[in-house]
Amino acid sequence: MKRLFGYPYGLWLTIFVVLPLGLIGYYSITATDAAGNTYFTLRHFHMFFEASFPGQPFFSRLYVNVAVRSLRLALMTTVITFILGYPVAYIMAGKGFSDKSVLLFLFIAPMWMNFLVRTYAWLAILSRNGILNTFLAWLGLPILDILFTDSAVLLGMVYNFLPFMVLPIYTALKKMDPRIIEAAQDLGANSPRVFIRVVFPLSMPGVVSGITMVFMPAAATFIIPNLLGGGQYFLLGNLVEQQFLRVGNWNFGAAIAVIMIGLMLVSTFILSWFGRAEAKEGGMKE
Amino acid sequence: MKRVFMLLVVAVGLLFFTACGENEAVLQPDTDDGEAPLASSINVFNWGEFIDPQVLSMFTQETGIAVNYSMYASNEEMYQRIRTGGADFDVLFPSDYMIQRMISQGMLARLNWDNIPNREHIYYRFWGMPFDPYDQYSVPYMWGTFGILYNTAIVDEPVYSWDILWNPRWANEIFMYDASRDTMGAALRRLGFSLNSTNIEEIHAARDSLIEQRPLVRAFAGDQIKDWMIVGDGALATVFSGDAVWAKQDNPDLNFIVPIEGTQIFLDSMVIPITTTRQREAEMFINFMTRPDIAYLNTRYIMYSTTNYTTLQMLPDYMKDCTIYWPPEEIFYRLEAFEDLGDFKEEFERAWTEVLVAN
Amino acid sequence: MIAKKLYLALIVFFLYAPILVLMVFSFNYSRSQAHWAGFSLRWYRELFNDDQIMRAVRNTVLIGIFSTVAATAIGAAAAVGISKMGRRFKGIVMGVTQLPVMMPDIVTGISLRLLFIFVIRFIGAGNLGFGTLLLSHIIFNVPYVILSVMPKLQQMDGNLYEAALDLGSTPFGAFHKVILPEVWPGVVTGALLAFTLSVDDFMVSFFTTGSGVENLSIQIFSMARRGVNPRINALSTLIFIVIMVLLFLVHKRDQRLARDNSA
Repeated sequence: MKRLFGYPYGLWLTIFVVLPLGLIGYYSITATDAAGNTYFTLRHFHMFFEASFPGQPFFSRLYVNVAVRSLRLALMTTVITFILGYPVAYIMAGKGFSDKSVLLFLFIAPMWMNFLVRTYAWLAILSRNGILNTFLAWLGLPILDILFTDSAVLLGMVYNFLPFMVLPIYTALKKMDPRIIEAAQDLGANSPRVFIRVVFPLSMPGVVSGITMVFMPAAATFIIPNLLGGGQYFLLGNLVEQQFLRVGNWNFGAAIAVIMIGLMLVSTFILSWFGRAEAKEGGMKE
Repeated sequence: MKRVFMLLVVAVGLLFFTACGENEAVLQPDTDDGEAPLASSINVFNWGEFIDPQVLSMFTQETGIAVNYSMYASNEEMYQRIRTGGADFDVLFPSDYMIQRMISQGMLARLNWDNIPNREHIYYRFWGMPFDPYDQYSVPYMWGTFGILYNTAIVDEPVYSWDILWNPRWANEIFMYDASRDTMGAALRRLGFSLNSTNIEEIHAARDSLIEQRPLVRAFAGDQIKDWMIVGDGALATVFSGDAVWAKQDNPDLNFIVPIEGTQIFLDSMVIPITTTRQREAEMFINFMTRPDIAYLNTRYIMYSTTNYTTLQMLPDYMKDCTIYWPPEEIFYRLEAFEDLGDFKEEFERAWTEVLVAN
Repeated sequence: MIAKKLYLALIVFFLYAPILVLMVFSFNYSRSQAHWAGFSLRWYRELFNDDQIMRAVRNTVLIGIFSTVAATAIGAAAAVGISKMGRRFKGIVMGVTQLPVMMPDIVTGISLRLLFIFVIRFIGAGNLGFGTLLLSHIIFNVPYVILSVMPKLQQMDGNLYEAALDLGSTPFGAFHKVILPEVWPGVVTGALLAFTLSVDDFMVSFFTTGSGVENLSIQIFSMARRGVNPRINALSTLIFIVIMVLLFLVHKRDQRLARDNSA
């Protein structure tokens, strides 16, 4: 019965994920010459790693640099959403709140307004003569000129991705068998110890899901960093869009997408390795 | 939890089902002269916020043809939707260089001018443009220039040249438009080159000048620039003339100029894709949009300059006499329209990427 | 407890700050999002006369609900299936499942468009439109549901299901009675995230829809050249108020139910 669920999904994956992305893979390793003949080539991958100027150090090469920026921004976003989000999920899952479903909706409802509109609202809040600074001036405090800085970009990213971290962790923490915690306490573990040795390892699957749902889209996004960063951020997402739309070079665009998959798979591998190590330490079975 | 969810779903669903009834037009095909009956609807694909919404229902009322209206955010997105096939549009609104590309790729239909008598209202300067030199494919709709918007309360020196955007005095007060062709174009004209240069050395010179300018730039941005300029967040910005008209309404201290080195003129025109099966209806729509009273409604709504000379005479003085909305004749000699760069786009975009990554 | 509530309140304030701002600006006379030019209801008036936006709202809500329900069902079933797979196979399937999450939207959008056009030409019938738009939303929502349900399945004692079967339960009964209650929180959060993604998506929607069928995102993004019309702020305000009122009513009802139960 359970296995039965696997096969239709396999078919679904094949048609709607493998097939379209197989096409992208095909584009990435081919090119079309002036006469319209398609031939095999790896030059688009080479183009990505090539240097603008001879002897340029690897990480300051144009497109490599863009990739590094994107991964760094995605990583920082993930770390901050985790630090802010874990306590939120922990508190929400705790005993203090009876009407959890309403709390959950309260948390996600703002995200149902279009994200472009919300990001524009952040622009109105953070700009030099914006709402925040009007308020600070009214209090007699010095103004904060943070729009178009890294802080504004991170703020916007964290704002947008926070629910994707909180919800899976909340799910993992909720309905956790309280007897496990009681047993640990009975065995003499004090509260922080119970948390580190028992609760946190048990919530690890939720953490892994949360990190996946934040890190991966964050590495491909670009609209929020572009708006709040004032164009100081040019990211992998920009690059793919530039190639697909403005240049119209789908082959190079596809190659960048394939490189992104590669980067993400490596990251996932590292993540799952850490996850397993954590789980083992917590004594949780696979 | 399950019930909460269901309740929300049902309530919200009901709300919107009841809120919007379909108002499909009742079709009255008028068969004059024994011609084939008119199609019941056409599919129009236009920029967002680029038409007065009431114009669509007026067209349906007059002709009985319903308009299925869709929107796009950029020429390139529109182009890919048409290029990949599967699109069923009858009227599009591409800009200059995109019209040229679509013509060269055989994507546009030749217009039957007999069906578009209102073409006579279009200002003579907008015919015979380089992207459609024999006026076979496109009818001009809106136009404008790309120049410098500045705050006269802050900038106390005369503004006449692109050079002021490179003046360290205005560091952190400058907004640049976040689009490769427009901003590189300004840099090219400043250096005395063509907007449409495909000389790699000229492109690199423009790139280097923009990299040199970067420390002075407060932000690269899009439509938000005018909001910031209105509240005085910056002193100088590159914007389209239509946005300048708009911004000046909210803050009279703002002014807009076309730099002496010259700049871009853009034209958004109406065209018909070759795949259409409703060319006559599409031409009726284009003719309708070119009628002076309809062009009047559209330009009042959009605030971009109309291409319709008859409409211009109908406008209130504050628009007609505004040199931002309709510049004096001598300005036209400084203007250059974009052309399609073909395969050179690759080099061009790479140079632009190098500008944005340089920090 | 007070510290906890204070922290939660701060985060909620952070989440609602921009919503408050756009609500305030929906009453601004000027089109500008930056300066206040006096109170006015003009954007609300214009909103109600704008058929385009109203139709887009309806499409957005319908696509949001349908794609959420479908993706949640597919995703939850798939997650159960995946959890029972062999170790190596599971790794591969999870990897492929996550591909749409890591793809830039434009890649998903264009590749799905090409697929849909191919199928339409192959069958010789059909059109890009509401159906393909809905299908593409289901496709990019499924992985998020799977990622939400998986943690619950991993935490679950795998023997429970077998135990139920041993005690004479049918496979479906065992799924319904044993697995579903355990993973339910994951199903709910998966559905919430799916709806959120559906409402926000622009790029995939733009490339998988046909003429005349648009959602709010397409309209809002298309306004970017001229600036987002404040009618959208007015609309957001109204939607937001509806959601809040519903939440309040549900909360009141839950409180009453809780009281009745304890009495």
